[in-house]
Amino acid sequence: MRNFILRRLFLGVFISLFGAMVIYTTIRSLPTSYVETIARQRASNPLSTKTYQEWLDQLNQVYKLDVGIVPGFFGWLENAIQGDFGESWHYGIPVTEKFSQVIWYSVIINIITFIVQIFISIPLGILAARKQYSKTDYAITVFALMGISLPTFFLATILKYVFSIQLGWFDLYGLTGRFFNSMTPFEQAMDIGYHMVLPIFTLMMLSVGGLMRYTRTNMLEVLNSDYIRTARAKGLSERVVINKHAFRNTLIPLVSYMSYIIPSMFGGALITETLFQIPGIGYISFQAIIRGDIPFAMFYTTFIIVLTQISLLLADIMYAVVDPRVRAN
Amino acid sequence: MADIKNTNKDLETEITNIDDPQDEMHLDDARRVKVLSPGMLVFKRFIRNKLAVVGLVILFFMFTFSFLGPLFSPYEQTQVFKGVGSMSKEFAGAIYNEELRYTVADGESFSSGERAQFLLALGSNTDTFTYEDNVFYYVQESEGVYRILQLDPVAEVLLKIFTPVKGDSVPKALQTAYLKAVKEGEDVFVVDGETYRITQKNKAAQISTEHDVALAMLSVYDPYNESDSDTVSSYQFKLATTQAMAQDQTKYTVNSQNFSLRYDDGQVTVLDSSGSEYAEISDIIVNPIDQSIFLTVDFKASVREAINDRETKFSYTDENGETEDYTIVRVNNTYNIKKETPTELIRTYENPSASHLLGLDNNGMDVATRLMYGGQVSLLVGFIVIFIEVFIGIVIGGISGYFGGWVDTALMRFVDLFNSIPFYPMVLIFGSVMDALEVAPRARIFLLMMILGLLGWTGVARIVRGQILSLRELDFMVATEAAGIRTSRRIFKHLVPNVMPLLIVYATAGLGGIIITEATLGFLGLGVKYPLASWGSIINVASDAFVMTNFWFMWIPAGMLILLTVLGFNFVGDGLRDAYDPKMKR
Repeated sequence: MRNFILRRLFLGVFISLFGAMVIYTTIRSLPTSYVETIARQRASNPLSTKTYQEWLDQLNQVYKLDVGIVPGFFGWLENAIQGDFGESWHYGIPVTEKFSQVIWYSVIINIITFIVQIFISIPLGILAARKQYSKTDYAITVFALMGISLPTFFLATILKYVFSIQLGWFDLYGLTGRFFNSMTPFEQAMDIGYHMVLPIFTLMMLSVGGLMRYTRTNMLEVLNSDYIRTARAKGLSERVVINKHAFRNTLIPLVSYMSYIIPSMFGGALITETLFQIPGIGYISFQAIIRGDIPFAMFYTTFIIVLTQISLLLADIMYAVVDPRVRAN
Repeated sequence: MADIKNTNKDLETEITNIDDPQDEMHLDDARRVKVLSPGMLVFKRFIRNKLAVVGLVILFFMFTFSFLGPLFSPYEQTQVFKGVGSMSKEFAGAIYNEELRYTVADGESFSSGERAQFLLALGSNTDTFTYEDNVFYYVQESEGVYRILQLDPVAEVLLKIFTPVKGDSVPKALQTAYLKAVKEGEDVFVVDGETYRITQKNKAAQISTEHDVALAMLSVYDPYNESDSDTVSSYQFKLATTQAMAQDQTKYTVNSQNFSLRYDDGQVTVLDSSGSEYAEISDIIVNPIDQSIFLTVDFKASVREAINDRETKFSYTDENGETEDYTIVRVNNTYNIKKETPTELIRTYENPSASHLLGLDNNGMDVATRLMYGGQVSLLVGFIVIFIEVFIGIVIGGISGYFGGWVDTALMRFVDLFNSIPFYPMVLIFGSVMDALEVAPRARIFLLMMILGLLGWTGVARIVRGQILSLRELDFMVATEAAGIRTSRRIFKHLVPNVMPLLIVYATAGLGGIIITEATLGFLGLGVKYPLASWGSIINVASDAFVMTNFWFMWIPAGMLILLTVLGFNFVGDGLRDAYDPKMKR
């Protein structure tokens, strides 16, 4: 087991490095960069004594863009390992500082979504499996497929149209209301929570379908297995059979499924946050990426890659923890 | 839907009957017909799944709509609809004249330097001014009208000693007349019909004759007939008119022509001898915005009347008898006269009508037609991307699964590497790259397909590998080896077709996901670009809250089409999976 974890760890580090390098190469090959825009701005300033080219050279030197892609990447890597991700070009403050400002909004939204999602999809999935091919099952299946088939932006726009514009219950954009600054801390928390309702609902609707179907498939598999037949043959009540014997075994694959959610939990929901302009990590990175802010984009993508690797490792470990058969092998 | 259970049972009984050894003994033709091919079995199971059939119907509709629809649509994808609307355009401008305008007498000149000196003298209330040895004198004829005269010095007088400036001596008559005028305190005296003026120059007095140079005034003269414009703008006419006005006369003569004046609040009309309108005098200047237009005096008169009456609207009937409405918008001291002009306008945001079932969009294009073409793009992108994914996946997965060992390990690590690249950031970066390079809209679609395909093949590779790992242990593979079939043929001819059913299931469900991804990119403005359409880029307009609120027909239909199509693919995918593998039962 220990050897296995070590091997996975090594592989994870290697893959993370590769991923970061691919992203770095792609960003560096952007033809018009943020630096050029800044250099043009500064050169056109009447007080500027330098030409555009001089500004460009100077900025390239400051941002280490004057070296080739490979040395540039290793230069970045060297700093990154020491925890120095540089200063965001777009936001003007150190990347890690911006990150710590915004990450918690995303985490809160995703954790709430995750909890709501579990409380809705697991019971519904089990219900659908127990009454396979019944009307309930079809209703739940269609609902789940609808959730999967809805594009995020369409659902979000519809929600905004209905709840923000037609009913006027929520604001269209943002995380805080108009009178946020004159509120007491408690009211401020309530205000933020209020603004998170629509984004959380959107995320929930989109993810509930997948988990529901996953639960249903696993539950069906478990219900068809021999030990459930044995349990029933023993004369156990249906409740005990389902809750004690079947449900617990359904949890095994679910645990691994849940580990995969970690990257999205900390990586933010890029599309949803952008649509509702929630200043979480997703929206902030979207802004940075489309503006060619290399330090921030590099930080964000590396962060996601590392999180993915951690979640994969965690999924394996959790699987072993939950299922004794895996440990034995 | 409930009868699926029964149909499955039926199929199972059929199969068990066939397998029943007793029945097999009496195999007759009637029995033989009942044995279905595996493909037929799958098909039968599939069409008994109502959800799958619904999905199939949806997809059939979508394909018909997108690929056959344009044939019946009377419009083109990028056809812009224009219509005639009335737009308030600036037609003329009017301003209260606050600057003196000069009319120079025949044969004289009044240069800008002289004008400046005149204005200075006017400001300091001195009635003479000099410019480059020339001495000028001005008289106020009436409010805002100044007559400028040039003085020609004849003599200078200092302590009653006359010094001639011109000629040899100063005539006696002039001297006496001068002394008499000084005694009576007059500035002007007349000798032999010639007018002389006394001005002070330093300590000496100067006697000069005078002649008219120019007239400076605030009023504007507009002739009624263009042919009269020379007369009207002439010095004589203006001087006579001004003098007549100053003396409140109603009749006067210029060049032996008789004129009369008619006062009408704020403006004065000059009538000629026959009593018809000759010229218009006002202190409001009216100019056309477009210099090629000639504004008639009648029009100018009605503008002035409206301005004097502080009206914001007036109508004017031109010589052709057509009446048009004008509005006057005041900005500080200027008045803009606007006219409702018929203009060709792009019909944007038009509500659904019989000729445009889903209205017109922000570019004046038919929404329904764009949905059809957008559907082509969305569906094509989906199919080509899934094709690329499956192709790469089969090659990599097939090789990896067949050879196993270090090849497998290496290729699977390669798959892991690809898997680690975060999808959306990567696609966003590619989108910005394409924006920066200004890739043509059509090339952009193909690049987009390549990128989506390259980022998404790892799932297929894993499935293919897993299947082939178990399939290669089967007997038929031993047979192929014994038959000496070469490796590439063994993999792609004998192994891969066995994976196909699973791949078809995977691809069908995957299509929906790709359509969503493409639409999301389109919505973020990074996918298919104007003037081409895709369903996602059609919804893009809804990111503008104004459009979202007021024009539902521009984005809800596109969203519903995406939703239905993806739902259709998912239903069919589900149905296929059930049909291929009844044991799994979803």
